[in-house]
Amino acid sequence: MANIAIQNVTKSFGSYDALKGIGLAVADQEFLVLLGASGCGKSTLLRIIAGLETADIGEVHVGGERIDQLQAKDRRLAMVFQNYAVFPHLTVFENIAFGLRMQKRPQEIVSAKVNQVARMVHLEALLDRYSGQLSGGQRQQVAVGRALMTQPKVLMLDEPTAGVSPIVMDELFDRIIEVARTGISILMVEQNARQALEIADRGYVLVQGANRFTDTGAALLADPDVRKSFLGG
Amino acid sequence: MTNKSLPYWLIAPAALFTVALFLYPLSLVTLEAFTAKSGGYSLENFQTMVGHWKFGTALKNTLMLTALVVPLQMVVALSLAQLLTRVKSGRDTLLYVWTIPLGISDLAAGIIWLGIFEQTGFLNSALIGLGVVDAPVSILGFNDTFATLVAIVLAEIWRSTAIVLVILVSGIGLIPKEYAEAAEVFGAGAWAKFTKVTLPLLRPSLQTALILRSILALEVFAVVAALSGTKFPVLMGETYNWQFALQDGPVAAAFALVILTLSVGVTLVYLRWLRVPRGAGL
Amino acid sequence: MSTPLITIDVAQRRLRRLLLVGAAIATVWVLLPIYFLVVNAWSSQEAVNAFPKAFVPEMNHESLSFLLGFDGVLTSLVNSLIVAAITMVFSIGLGAPAGYALARYEFRGKGTFRLLILLTRAFPLPLLALPLTVLYIRLGVDDTLVGLALVHTMLALPFAVLITFSLFSGVPTELEEAAWVFGCTKVQAFRRVVLPIALPGLAASAIFAFVISWNEVFASSVLMIQNRTLTAFLLQNLDVSPMHMKFAGGALLVLPAATFMFLIRKHLFAMWGISNR
Repeated sequence: MANIAIQNVTKSFGSYDALKGIGLAVADQEFLVLLGASGCGKSTLLRIIAGLETADIGEVHVGGERIDQLQAKDRRLAMVFQNYAVFPHLTVFENIAFGLRMQKRPQEIVSAKVNQVARMVHLEALLDRYSGQLSGGQRQQVAVGRALMTQPKVLMLDEPTAGVSPIVMDELFDRIIEVARTGISILMVEQNARQALEIADRGYVLVQGANRFTDTGAALLADPDVRKSFLGG
Repeated sequence: MTNKSLPYWLIAPAALFTVALFLYPLSLVTLEAFTAKSGGYSLENFQTMVGHWKFGTALKNTLMLTALVVPLQMVVALSLAQLLTRVKSGRDTLLYVWTIPLGISDLAAGIIWLGIFEQTGFLNSALIGLGVVDAPVSILGFNDTFATLVAIVLAEIWRSTAIVLVILVSGIGLIPKEYAEAAEVFGAGAWAKFTKVTLPLLRPSLQTALILRSILALEVFAVVAALSGTKFPVLMGETYNWQFALQDGPVAAAFALVILTLSVGVTLVYLRWLRVPRGAGL
Repeated sequence: MSTPLITIDVAQRRLRRLLLVGAAIATVWVLLPIYFLVVNAWSSQEAVNAFPKAFVPEMNHESLSFLLGFDGVLTSLVNSLIVAAITMVFSIGLGAPAGYALARYEFRGKGTFRLLILLTRAFPLPLLALPLTVLYIRLGVDDTLVGLALVHTMLALPFAVLITFSLFSGVPTELEEAAWVFGCTKVQAFRRVVLPIALPGLAASAIFAFVISWNEVFASSVLMIQNRTLTAFLLQNLDVSPMHMKFAGGALLVLPAATFMFLIRKHLFAMWGISNR
C-alpha cells in the first residue's frame, strides 16, 4: 500500500492548466523527488496533497484512505514549506510543538517529544530563540522538526533549497538524507535536479503540468533527454 | 544652500510650526493649570476642579465610555478585517462603504444618532410599528443614564471603528499567507489560526489602533453633546464648559491636563504591553 | 467516539453563508443611520416632529432652506470653507517638504524630528486650542479664520508628513537622478519628474486635510465667537435649535465631506498601505 497515491489530478487557474491528469505514488520508505521547470505545477501538486488547494478532478489517497474531501487541518500530513514558514512570533520550542499543541496534548508529552525531536535536528541549544535570531539553515531545521513531531509516514518538502547558497545546500540535503534513513517516506519538490536525483530513490519529471518521465534516480540522471532539458547536457 | 543643509531647510517649516503650535501651547497649558488666579504657582485650579460636583461623574463617564467603546470596536474591526480576507470579489466596495464614517464629523454623527434615539426618533418609530412597545421609550432623558450610555457607545462605535478597520486591514496585508497555511497543515482550524497566528502577528497594528482610539476616546465631546447635552458629563465637555461658559481658563487647563495625563499614561501602557520581543517580529 | 470530519465543500458553504450575513449586517449598520439623516434633512418640520416617523424622505427642502436662511449659517458655511482651504494649503505646504526630506535624505536629527511628529499622536491636540485663546488675543489674531486654520493645520500636519513621506518613498530616486543627468536642476527635476507622479496622492492628502478641518468641533468652538465655522455654530446652538434644523445642519456637515472622501478613496487606501490583493 503506497503512502501517497494520486490519480488523475487536474487543476486549472482560470484559463491556465496547471496540472493535467497527474498520477503518482510514494511507496513505504521511498524517497521520491518531483522535478520540472518553474511553473510546471510541482508546487501546486504538493499544495493539493496538503489541502491548500483543491483539484478540479482527481483523487488523493494517503495511507490507503481517500483524503481529498478533507480540510487541510484534518489531513495529518507533514510539510516543510518553501521559505520554511517558521512562525516569527513563537520560540523554536513552540514552533516545533505546534502540531501537538493543535492536538491539545498534555504539556509533559509535548515537552518530552519536543526535546527528542530537537536533538534529532540539532537544535537543543536554541529552543528559546526566535526565528529572527536564527540562520537560514537553522530555520529549515525548525521547519523539519515541526514536521517530524507528528510522526508522519510521509514528509513533504517544497523546494527546501530555494534561495540558498551551495554550501548550505549540501548541509540541507545531508539533513534530509538523515531523515530519510529513519524510515520516513519523502516527497520532495526540487529545482536542483542533479543533486536531488543523486539522493532520491525515484523521480517524476513534470513538463507543463503533465508526467513526462518516471524512473529511478540513477536512470533519470543517465537519460539523455532529461540531461538535455534539466541537467545542462 | 548646500546639499548637506537642504534637508534641514525642508523640515524646518514643519518643525518650527510644531514647536510653535504644539510644544509651546503644551507648556502654556501646563503652566496655566498650575498658576493661581492671584499669581504664583499652586494647586488651587485642581482643587476647584476636583471639588466641583460634576468632576467625579465626568471622569467616571469618560473612563467608562473608553473602557466600553475601545474593546468592543476592536472586536468589531477584527471581525470585519478577517471577513475581508475571505471575500473574493467586492472586497474593495465593502471597504469603501465601511470606511464612509471616516469622513463624518463627530458632531454630525451625534446628530445622526440623535435622530435614531430621540423620543420621536426612528428607533421608537420602529418599536411602535413592530408592536414591541405601546408608547415611545425614553432613551436620552434625564433619568436614563444607562440607556444614554448605551446610545453613546453605539454612536461612537458606529463613527470611529472605520479607522481601526483601516489600520488592521493594512496590518493583515503585511502578514505573508504562508504562516496561516503552515498552521492549517499542522492542524489549526479557523479559530486557532486567528488566535495563534493572525492575532500575534498583528501586534504592531493592534498597538497603533489601541493607542489612537484610546486617546480619541478620552477626548469624546461632540457626540455626547449632541445626544445628551449636559446630562452626561464627560471630561472634554467639562473642559469646554469651564473655558467657554464659565470663562475660567485656568480650571479648563486643569481639566485639559487630566485628559493629557490619562492619554500619555494609556499610551505608555500599550507600548509596554504590546511590544514585540527582539527577533520575534515579522 | 470522535465526531465525523467536515468536508471541504461543507466548510466552504458554511463560510460563504457566514460571510454574506456578516457583510450584509455590517453594510446596513453603516448605511442605515446615514439614510435616516437624509430622511430627516429632506423632510418638512412637521414630518421631522411627527411620530411615528415615516421611513421615507418627503423630498421637501423646507428644513434645508430654513437652515441656510437662518441668520449666521451661510456665513459660518463660508467660514468653514475658508478655514478648511487655508488648512489644506498650510498642511501640504509644510508637510510635503518635510515628507520629501524624510524620504530622500539621511541627516542628523531625522530621528528626533520623526519622534516629534509621532509625539503629537500621544496628545489630544484640540486641547491645545485652550492656551491659544489667550495668546491669540495678545497677538491680535483672536477670532480670525487664519488663527483657527493654524490650529487645524497642527491637527493635519502629522498626517501630511507621514503620508507625503510614504508617497515620495514610492517614487524611485533613479527617476530624479536621470533628470539630473540630463541637465535639470534639483527643482526642475522635482517639478517635472516627481511632482506629476506624486500629484494625485498629494491632492488626496490635501483633501484629507480639508475634511479634517471641516469636521473639527472643539477648537472651532473654543476659539471663535463672531467668525464661527459651521461646526461651532451647530454645536453652540444644540440646546436651542429645533430638531429639523439640527438634522439639516448634520446633512450639510456630512454630505460634502463624505463626497470628498469617496472621491479620493483609492488614494486614501494607498496612503494607509492597503494593497489591492
